[in-house]
Amino acid sequence: MQTAKDLKEYRAELREALDNEFLRQAMDKFAVAYRGSRAKAFAGMDLKGLIADVAQAKDGAAQRMDELLSEFTAKAEAAGVKVHVARTALEANEIIAAIAKENGVKKIVKSKSMTAEEIHLNDHLEGQGYEVTETDLGEWIIQLRHEGPTHMVMPAIHLSRYQVADLFSEVTQQKQEVDIEKLVKVARRELRPKYVEADMGISGANVAVAETGSLGMITNEGNGRLVTTLPRVHVALVGLDKLTATLRDALRIIRVLPRNATGQAISSYVTWIKGCVECAPAPGGKKVHHIVFLDNGRRALARDPLFSQVLRCVRCGACANVCPVYRLVGGHKYGHIYIGAIGLILTYFFHGRDKAKNLVQNCINCGSCKDVCAAGIDLPLLIKEIHARIQDEEGHPVPSTLLAKVLKNRKLFHTLLRSAKLAQKPLASGGFIRHLPMIFSKEQNFRALPAIAPKAFRDLWPRIRPEVKGARLKVALFSGCVQDFVYPEQSVAAVNVVAGRGAALDFPMEQSCCGLPVMMMGEMAAARDVAQQNISALDPAKYDYILTLCASCASHLKHGYQKLLGNDPSWAVRAKQFADKVIDFSSFARDVLKLAPEDFRPGGGTATYHAPCHLCRGLGVIEAPRDLLRIAGVEYKPAEEEDVCCGFGGTFSIKFPELSAELLAKKLANAEATGAGTLVTDCPGCVMQLRGGLERKGSPMRVRHMAEILAQQIK
Amino acid sequence: MSESQPLSRLFEEKAKAVSAVVSTVTSLEQALAHAVDLCDKKDACQILVSGCELPLSATGEALCETKQQKILAAPGLEPKLFAKLKELAAERGILCIDTGMRQRLGGVDIAFTVADFGIAETGTLVFDSNSEEQRLATMIAEFHLAVLPVSKIREKSFDLEEELLALLQKSPSYTAFVTGASRTADIERVLALGVHGPLELHILLLED
Repeated sequence: MQTAKDLKEYRAELREALDNEFLRQAMDKFAVAYRGSRAKAFAGMDLKGLIADVAQAKDGAAQRMDELLSEFTAKAEAAGVKVHVARTALEANEIIAAIAKENGVKKIVKSKSMTAEEIHLNDHLEGQGYEVTETDLGEWIIQLRHEGPTHMVMPAIHLSRYQVADLFSEVTQQKQEVDIEKLVKVARRELRPKYVEADMGISGANVAVAETGSLGMITNEGNGRLVTTLPRVHVALVGLDKLTATLRDALRIIRVLPRNATGQAISSYVTWIKGCVECAPAPGGKKVHHIVFLDNGRRALARDPLFSQVLRCVRCGACANVCPVYRLVGGHKYGHIYIGAIGLILTYFFHGRDKAKNLVQNCINCGSCKDVCAAGIDLPLLIKEIHARIQDEEGHPVPSTLLAKVLKNRKLFHTLLRSAKLAQKPLASGGFIRHLPMIFSKEQNFRALPAIAPKAFRDLWPRIRPEVKGARLKVALFSGCVQDFVYPEQSVAAVNVVAGRGAALDFPMEQSCCGLPVMMMGEMAAARDVAQQNISALDPAKYDYILTLCASCASHLKHGYQKLLGNDPSWAVRAKQFADKVIDFSSFARDVLKLAPEDFRPGGGTATYHAPCHLCRGLGVIEAPRDLLRIAGVEYKPAEEEDVCCGFGGTFSIKFPELSAELLAKKLANAEATGAGTLVTDCPGCVMQLRGGLERKGSPMRVRHMAEILAQQIK
Repeated sequence: MSESQPLSRLFEEKAKAVSAVVSTVTSLEQALAHAVDLCDKKDACQILVSGCELPLSATGEALCETKQQKILAAPGLEPKLFAKLKELAAERGILCIDTGMRQRLGGVDIAFTVADFGIAETGTLVFDSNSEEQRLATMIAEFHLAVLPVSKIREKSFDLEEELLALLQKSPSYTAFVTGASRTADIERVLALGVHGPLELHILLLED
């Protein structure tokens, strides 16, 4: 639940969550275990193909939403069901309360439904005097505690067995032992009479199959079967996004959902219900069955060219399972009702800007959610887009407007960087700023910040530009701001590796910041503007490759530009041509330069690796850097969780230093545990974060960009 | 049935992976005997693994009073087979019923069923569950014992599409996929079986 009025209050809540020792340990254990069980569940399957199938089925259903609704309604009503369509949350609540009233209902049992949470159905029914009991164990626990879920599939994941034992002791008025097996049985016995007494059962549905008029429900506990069997009335509340055209599409979803949610091949129960089934206590022995379809903005979403993909979501919760920020702060702080990356987005559409405005800033843009999504939703992009829309609606904060203005004007931006170099002089030594100027808060002190280099790469370029005769390749170097102004030595190292290997390097001076920082801050207009400047500066038709040593820049140049400009007819083709030429340094060194062991000197020492988010997920480059280490004669010592974010995330680390510091601490602990002498990575942003953290810790471990390691070892 | 041989093995492997107990029988009569044996050997009232001595609230306690004898429920069984089962059960002092589940919501010991289909890659049983007695028996039983004819096993759910479509198109219809026992991991993600439904699922593969 979101109650924070502003970012300051939200950050205070985040700090509180960080101090919850149990939550932190539970989340860490879960994050690691989930990865293993998911991989096992999908072993030997064409995962990409499955995801594409789900995306296609759901996209098709969203486009034909009203047609499928009519088809479903005709089939279901022929089987005796009354189908309702609620335009809003209030309408749905009122329809369901009216059904309860007309059937003389007093007591209601519910199985788990996120859609019911979305519309605060229990509050509405309880307000009308009905007794409502959640029967899913986790939902029952949080209902008794009067709180919302912290995970879409495991709603009580934030609670310990001790808390549950205390709660159950209260409920039964008897002291209960702290033993999970027994506590589960206590719930079983306490809840059974609730089913017996209930007049009405409320369920959700995971799919509504238009071709048969059946609902499909995925459950593990079996409470869904009792809720839909014992009471004489059954009401199913179903989002319009749950409609699927065919049984085959529904089976596709069921094939992916449990595997992606919990690593189960299938849930214990999948229940298919159509029509008014046998029910002894109901009039005529036939169940009174209503289905309430909920619109609440879904029809409008279905028509939106960008956001319609939100309706693909099957509510597996995987985007939370892999999110490094969720892992730190838990679901109460990482969603309102819906949790995780999809929750950040749905909150804006279902619960409003006020609830979403802080949340959408708390995305580090590591791409883990997009990578794991069962339906291939581009979650980070949509989160950024909502952030931008909220700023457009509420006004842009000053720092973000300023950054946008500055970045749009390359010359001004570079002049500012050069004056920063002079201003920092009394504060800098050994490549770090020793005393943070007042504009930085103490919270930024968890890692040392680097000083601006004495000479920018662009100023060194005219002197070091290699002369290449008879080159087989023409390569444009895109340095990015950090390597241009903070770590020019990394670009110099790359020049030394590439020089003399048949590639003519060019460094077009008109290039500017890639624009990712302004996109992260929700400044879409500036992001587009800068993208156009760079495409003009590095004419894709002139080069065979556009090489960049920054994983974040590379991923933004390759994928982000097409998303920003792909719908603009005057830029789409160029953005595509540009994207096709972009290559990261490790892939270039391994696959284009084809560097081999004989190119290197022996004795490269030991190194571990940090996989930058935008390299391993953004560009899908996994093996190239590890191969290169071996090729360069470096002994590679793998670390735990190499592909988890280091906590930098550009402006994220400035906005949420407390989260950034925690992610960094984990990353460094894993790297140091390998005992390697050097920590290698492929992104200057990560270098900045990792090096700053190790410097602060006084660790002897060195951080090097891949280009520096290769330059050091090359013959 | 040489073709279904590897499928039944895959089914067995996957069902066991979700803690189902799988064995093989060669006739339905053998399955009946197995059911009575299982019921006879099983402890009475296992719902109470939290311990009868463990106090619950008054309503929780009251429900347990409803069950005084071992009960084997076999709704939907052919009359001839049901008569046979009843006879075998009576020899061991077990009550055998095929109706009246609503009067037994405190629990029965065993539900005996014959599955309509099996899905090998997930170890799933498929039941046409239109009968309320069938639905209830398989939920309130402490153990669910299901017979699955090997000839009814398919590899994937997609391979069963036509048959499923026929089931789902019936009006009304209630169709159930059952994979392993009722389970939860809602407290600290620790797996616990038998939260609302059966504590154990036993499957008898019938070589037909």
